[in-house]
Amino acid sequence: MAKIKLSERKVEELKEVCKSFNNEKGELINVLHKAQSIFGYLPAEIQEVIAKELNCSVAHVYGVVTFYSFFTMLPKGQHPISICLGTACYVRGAEKVLEEFKRVLKIQVGETTADGKFSLSCLRCVGACGLAPVVLVGEKVYGRVSPDGVKDIVAEYQG
Amino acid sequence: MEMVKLTIDGKPVEVEKDTTILKAAKTIGIDIPTLCYFQLKDMNIENRPGGCRICVVEVAGRRNLAPACSTNVAKDMVVNTHSIRVLNARRTVLELILSDHPAECLTCAKSGCCELQTMAQQLGVREIPYQGEQSTYRKDTSPAIIRDVDKCIMCRRCEMMCNEVQTVGALSAVNRGFMAVVAPAFEMNLEKSPCTYCGQCVSVCPTGALTEVDHSRNVINSLADPTKTVVVQTAPAVRAALGEEFGLAPGTLVTGKMVAALRRLGFNYVFDTDFAADLTIMEEGSELLDRLTRYLKGDKDVKLPILTSCCPGWVNFFEHNFPDLMDVPSTAKSPQQMFGPIAKEYFGKKLGIDRKNMIVVSIMPCLAKKYECQRDEFKVDGDPDVNYSLSTRELAHLIKSANIDFNSLPDEDFDNPLGASTGAAVIFANTGGVIEAACRTAYELYTGKKLEHVEFKELRGLENIRHATIDFDGLPINIGIAHGLGNARKLLEDVQAGKSQFHAIEIMACPGGCIGGGGQPFHHGDSEIIKQRAAAIYREDEGKPIRKSHENPFIIELYKEFLGKPLGEKSHHLLHTHYFDKSQGTFVEE
Repeated sequence: MAKIKLSERKVEELKEVCKSFNNEKGELINVLHKAQSIFGYLPAEIQEVIAKELNCSVAHVYGVVTFYSFFTMLPKGQHPISICLGTACYVRGAEKVLEEFKRVLKIQVGETTADGKFSLSCLRCVGACGLAPVVLVGEKVYGRVSPDGVKDIVAEYQG
Repeated sequence: MEMVKLTIDGKPVEVEKDTTILKAAKTIGIDIPTLCYFQLKDMNIENRPGGCRICVVEVAGRRNLAPACSTNVAKDMVVNTHSIRVLNARRTVLELILSDHPAECLTCAKSGCCELQTMAQQLGVREIPYQGEQSTYRKDTSPAIIRDVDKCIMCRRCEMMCNEVQTVGALSAVNRGFMAVVAPAFEMNLEKSPCTYCGQCVSVCPTGALTEVDHSRNVINSLADPTKTVVVQTAPAVRAALGEEFGLAPGTLVTGKMVAALRRLGFNYVFDTDFAADLTIMEEGSELLDRLTRYLKGDKDVKLPILTSCCPGWVNFFEHNFPDLMDVPSTAKSPQQMFGPIAKEYFGKKLGIDRKNMIVVSIMPCLAKKYECQRDEFKVDGDPDVNYSLSTRELAHLIKSANIDFNSLPDEDFDNPLGASTGAAVIFANTGGVIEAACRTAYELYTGKKLEHVEFKELRGLENIRHATIDFDGLPINIGIAHGLGNARKLLEDVQAGKSQFHAIEIMACPGGCIGGGGQPFHHGDSEIIKQRAAAIYREDEGKPIRKSHENPFIIELYKEFLGKPLGEKSHHLLHTHYFDKSQGTFVEE
């Protein structure tokens, strides 16, 4: 497992989060939620800090992190790409769009490109079915995306 | 206490409210089959995740079957524990568990004492109708314990032992659904985790998912090598449990038969770890007195309480969790590791045997001993003081595989000089025993008077944490005792906080002490077995002509001829050790 270095400032922030929950073991899930919103993901190092602060075993923290699909130990890319696979998008060819993203970025769903720029995930309906198929890059919404348009979307962020 | 009346299998029963159906049934002799459920009565140890569903029963008026282990009784409840619906459901549950379990019973280390296998027999499973994908996971071999989680049925007993009882926190259920396994943090190998190798996970695992690293092959090869002199030492707890593997009642002492069996297996010298336990008392007891005397003279630097250091699981525990207290435990090696250098550097040299040509084997109730004998500080030029450590179970297998009829063996005596021991050494097997043995010697050395009553009954028992004050002729000595690492943690936190009132603390990692060790025959949750073993140990002590370590004539001889005096230069070199900080460093940049 590759070790990462956490900045002291962020660790202090994390310790403050633990403190705000009175360093209680029972608040582990809440602490993990906050931690993921600070760091974007929950690498081993973060889990170790949390275990120490809440006085529980690292194995237990890891057990909780791996149980809930919301938590992730992989860093998201600088530009997280989400493809909607809700019913409307799906019937209008979202799967082909997804395949094209995988091909262009050379990663699978849940992975991040080696340069850390892009990560790929799927979601179910963003409430913009009229624009199906829909793709999100960060907060920006792209509608009526076709496989041919994938390259252009990626290019926008390559600069 | 409020009582509740109900009917189980047509029989009326009255139990306290908040009793489970499982326990209520037991009071009238009905044994509902269980798999994930586990209990060690009187020791505060219980596992009931309600996960396996083997214990389901039919409760009149309920649509679904209820798990008996985690359903409380209610007034006028009518329970049927063996209706056709219940029997069918149980078998289906078991067939589903077996559909994701490797059918390796012929070669599995746990075969014959596997609770899953027994359950399959009991419920009459003859085929597994469900075919599907089986979960697979890599095997993890550590210096003492093998994890083969393909055989795990997620009963989570090991997790309970590791976290709730031992507070070690090495294991946790991770991932979910089909991918779920019990594993260390980040699914690293056990060796990288804070595991102490106490082996309590192994002792409660119902299947072959957790087993010990088997050293029998190495021992057989050594016995077959004509250039090697093979010496064996047997820990005190082994003699009180080995008989169980041969159908004898728990608590049967088999010291003489064990010696005879080891001789027939071809060991050149059959010695006793008890001899080294007497030696431990000489060193550890002297250290206690030394620290105590200096403390009483007003030396502020002296560390009290002194902690016993015989238990390798406990040593691992404080190296991982209390690195700031590393100068508190006694520096005396464990009896196993005292025996090694005495065998190789004293006995071997006397016979003119080079240490490389001497193989020292230990028979231990313990799995942490396997790790302990591999520690680098216990080697000379790569040659370990103790070469191999076998568990009580491995010794039983070895005896069976050599077709030795154990029960008809005559009683034989240990060889001398390293086979002679006192009653004080025998009680090392029980919680409270090491400190009782130390008191027998320390009292006489400190007061210069003869101790009339050698038994300190106030130090005995099975309560998790015990304390007593022993009168050293006007000087009150406060003693603390803990068995189980979770209990040890509590005493240690007091020491850390400067709140401890004790002069000496004895700690053993396993519930009950070594008699309940991770290498002992499986007790399957019957705490009565552990009590019987403890009683047997005290009987063995009572029957010994000498019951104080410092009166062992061979120990006196050893000091005269070789070691000099306790805590002397030679003792320091051969019989004492130091500890290492193994607390995991943080990844965080300072």
